[in-house]
Amino acid sequence: MGSRLSVVNALRGFLPARAILHEEEDTRPYECDGLTAYRQLPMVVALPETEAQVRKILQTCHAMGVPVVPRGAGTGLSGGALPPGDGVLLSMAKFMRAVRVDPLARVAVVQPGVRNAAISELAAPHGLYYAPDPSSQIACTIGGNVAENSGGVHCLKYGLTLHNVLGLRGFTIEGEPIALGGEALDAPGYDLLALAIGSEGMLVVVTEVTVKLLPKPQSARVIMASFADVEKAGDAVAKIIAAGIIPAGLEMMDKPATRAVEEFVGAGYDLEAAAILLCESDGTSEEVEDEIARMKAVLEGAGATRMTVSRDEAERLRFWSGRKAAFPAMGRISPDYYCMDGTIPRKRLGEVLNFIAALEKKYGLRCQNVFHAGDGNLHPLILFDANNPDELDRTERFAAEVLEKCVAVGGTITGEHGVGVEKINQMCVQFRPDELELFHALKRAFDPAGLLNPGKAVPTLARCAEFGRMHVHGGKLPHADLPRF
Amino acid sequence: MTELFQERIREAVASRTPLRLRGSGSKDFYGNAPRGEILDTRGYAGIVSYDPTELVVTARCGTPLVELETALAENYQFLPFEPPHFGAGATIGGCVAAGLSGPGRAAAGAARDFVLGTKLVDGRGRVLQFGGTVMKNVAGYDVSRLLAGSLGTLGLIAEASLKVLPRPPSERTLRLEAGEGEALATMNRWAGQPLPVSASVWHEGRLFVRLSGAEPAVHAAAHRLGGEAGPSSLWNEVKEQTHPFFAGVEPLWRVSLPSTAAPLQLPGRQLVEWGGALRWLKSAASAAAVREAAAAAGGHATLFRAADKSAGAFTPLDPVNARLHKSLKTAFDPAGILNPGRLYADF
Repeated sequence: MGSRLSVVNALRGFLPARAILHEEEDTRPYECDGLTAYRQLPMVVALPETEAQVRKILQTCHAMGVPVVPRGAGTGLSGGALPPGDGVLLSMAKFMRAVRVDPLARVAVVQPGVRNAAISELAAPHGLYYAPDPSSQIACTIGGNVAENSGGVHCLKYGLTLHNVLGLRGFTIEGEPIALGGEALDAPGYDLLALAIGSEGMLVVVTEVTVKLLPKPQSARVIMASFADVEKAGDAVAKIIAAGIIPAGLEMMDKPATRAVEEFVGAGYDLEAAAILLCESDGTSEEVEDEIARMKAVLEGAGATRMTVSRDEAERLRFWSGRKAAFPAMGRISPDYYCMDGTIPRKRLGEVLNFIAALEKKYGLRCQNVFHAGDGNLHPLILFDANNPDELDRTERFAAEVLEKCVAVGGTITGEHGVGVEKINQMCVQFRPDELELFHALKRAFDPAGLLNPGKAVPTLARCAEFGRMHVHGGKLPHADLPRF
Repeated sequence: MTELFQERIREAVASRTPLRLRGSGSKDFYGNAPRGEILDTRGYAGIVSYDPTELVVTARCGTPLVELETALAENYQFLPFEPPHFGAGATIGGCVAAGLSGPGRAAAGAARDFVLGTKLVDGRGRVLQFGGTVMKNVAGYDVSRLLAGSLGTLGLIAEASLKVLPRPPSERTLRLEAGEGEALATMNRWAGQPLPVSASVWHEGRLFVRLSGAEPAVHAAAHRLGGEAGPSSLWNEVKEQTHPFFAGVEPLWRVSLPSTAAPLQLPGRQLVEWGGALRWLKSAASAAAVREAAAAAGGHATLFRAADKSAGAFTPLDPVNARLHKSLKTAFDPAGILNPGRLYADF
């Protein structure tokens, strides 16, 4: 392991002075990502501008045994880019170039620091767009999207980052160049592209991304449907799918959430409804008319108390504006909020929402629910005040119980935000020691020395044993077969 | 039953006996020659859970693909990647292990895109579960999708959960006259427009296009694209390789290219699928010539069916990828007993 001085000196050998930050005033802005509850000053921040520099940084750090943590725009919500106190934070912010857009082949090749929304802007003149649209899309970068396998509100129909990235180029921690996938639809051997996407920056450092572009649907309309209770809204979702419809977007918000966003953006939501659903149809104008009519019939049969169909693009965007502004809106009504990201089988929605309501009473905290209803991805937002240490503690326990409930009903602790540092204890609930051990073995296959984003996403077995000791469920210890420390 | 798999694998590790994981053997021809003692997966069969409104089916490895597809069809659903069976007994385990996709691949996605979770027996005989039954899941590395196409070299896929979708209510096949270059340009142009094109085949001057979706959209697109009505049986013939193109003794190459790549200048006959991204080639050209042409066009070539596969079924990996493959193999199967050599000769 190197001291700050030795690392800085080594990097100065090939990086310009502007690309190395090591004074506290310069490194402070990098101390956290979108999960601000966890902070750590990086020993050094490196801001390379070329692939050759990235390679040299990795070779240097690898030779010195110094940890490296890649970072995009820092909008991640799970602390995946929490810096190493004893290593180099590798900011890819200077990799902002669109290498090329090929409208006939419907691909864009971009550097990892290109913003998600910028890809669709590049493609727009050709009638094309990049489908995954995480709510942070105006700020988050494609490199971060690849690391987290980001989703958005259109995943059920158009897939996640995984389904929309064709190829990656980058380096291993040893600085060896690696290409995964490409412009063909598959590659020989194991699907390392699928493995790298969503690996939270722990397997490879990405310097170029090839994404698939889709034709922009000719037309899109959204139905806003009100329901008198949340379970009915959940049933309506199942009925839409049972009718053979895959909506382009299918989102649910509960009453506290619609009230909070309505004040913030004035989306025109029904504030009396216990829950609203936003159901979008896109495609050719014939398809959309047909699908909207079918969805309206299903929603009506499922007990919708009110329905409004967007009349034009402005109104459609207004209906979505509230959903997309859900997180910032919480910032107005509460000093802090904590966003969860569990996914559940849709049919368990009512049960899980009732469970969350009971936890609000148990912990004395308010929680609002926004929900990617189409794909079962829940984003409960717990409102709290971080200046009150007791509230933060209660919030974390509240969140932990919700995530464990998601696992108990057959779901997962994270649908699209990643594990990072935030949900690392809950990994011990979702996976058994043998599975965690395999994850570590897989990591060693790429990074034998464990230098690339160490300590994230996959807990050590010792950590799980410790967590299990503190955390007894129904009188049963998880990992009872593990030695206790 | 998974206990039997575990036991068999542990014994094989102890005695250093290679195992050949096998369902019905419908894809025995695929990849490099299988070797080892046969471990028949068909005893562990049946659909574990299927709730159509959750859009997920979970099945044991020995479940016949026919049985699974029938259960889906009863609920007007299907596997959008349209896996080829290559035999009446094809199983779901083999389907995921081979990772092959049919005509719908370019529009709907590949086998790996629809794998949501797996239960695996690894090379140490441990039962491990990855992914799950929900659409969005980023907890832990995506091992399930890594297994799609791994040809049983990383473990025995005991169960798989697959995403399913509603079957399109309406489908129509069009036939147009076009040379290969013109067909490639047309398919790429159409793919960039909001049209319900779900599959395409070009062969001997004819371009066939399948439209799928809501009836009004299919009708409008058919009207716009023109051409004549084509045979809807074509898609299954191409998927299962019963189409006359696939007959004959010359080696069959599966050449995967960027969809806009120019027509391959190689001797032999061709059939083009996936909007230009998949070129089937019946040719006696040397492996080196085919692989060179594929690489020059930005893709790779698999020797799909051939009497002689001494050139290796799959395009050799570059040194970094090769090292990672071997390290991964060791992580999953340290004794190297699962389907050795099936993917690459050296592991």
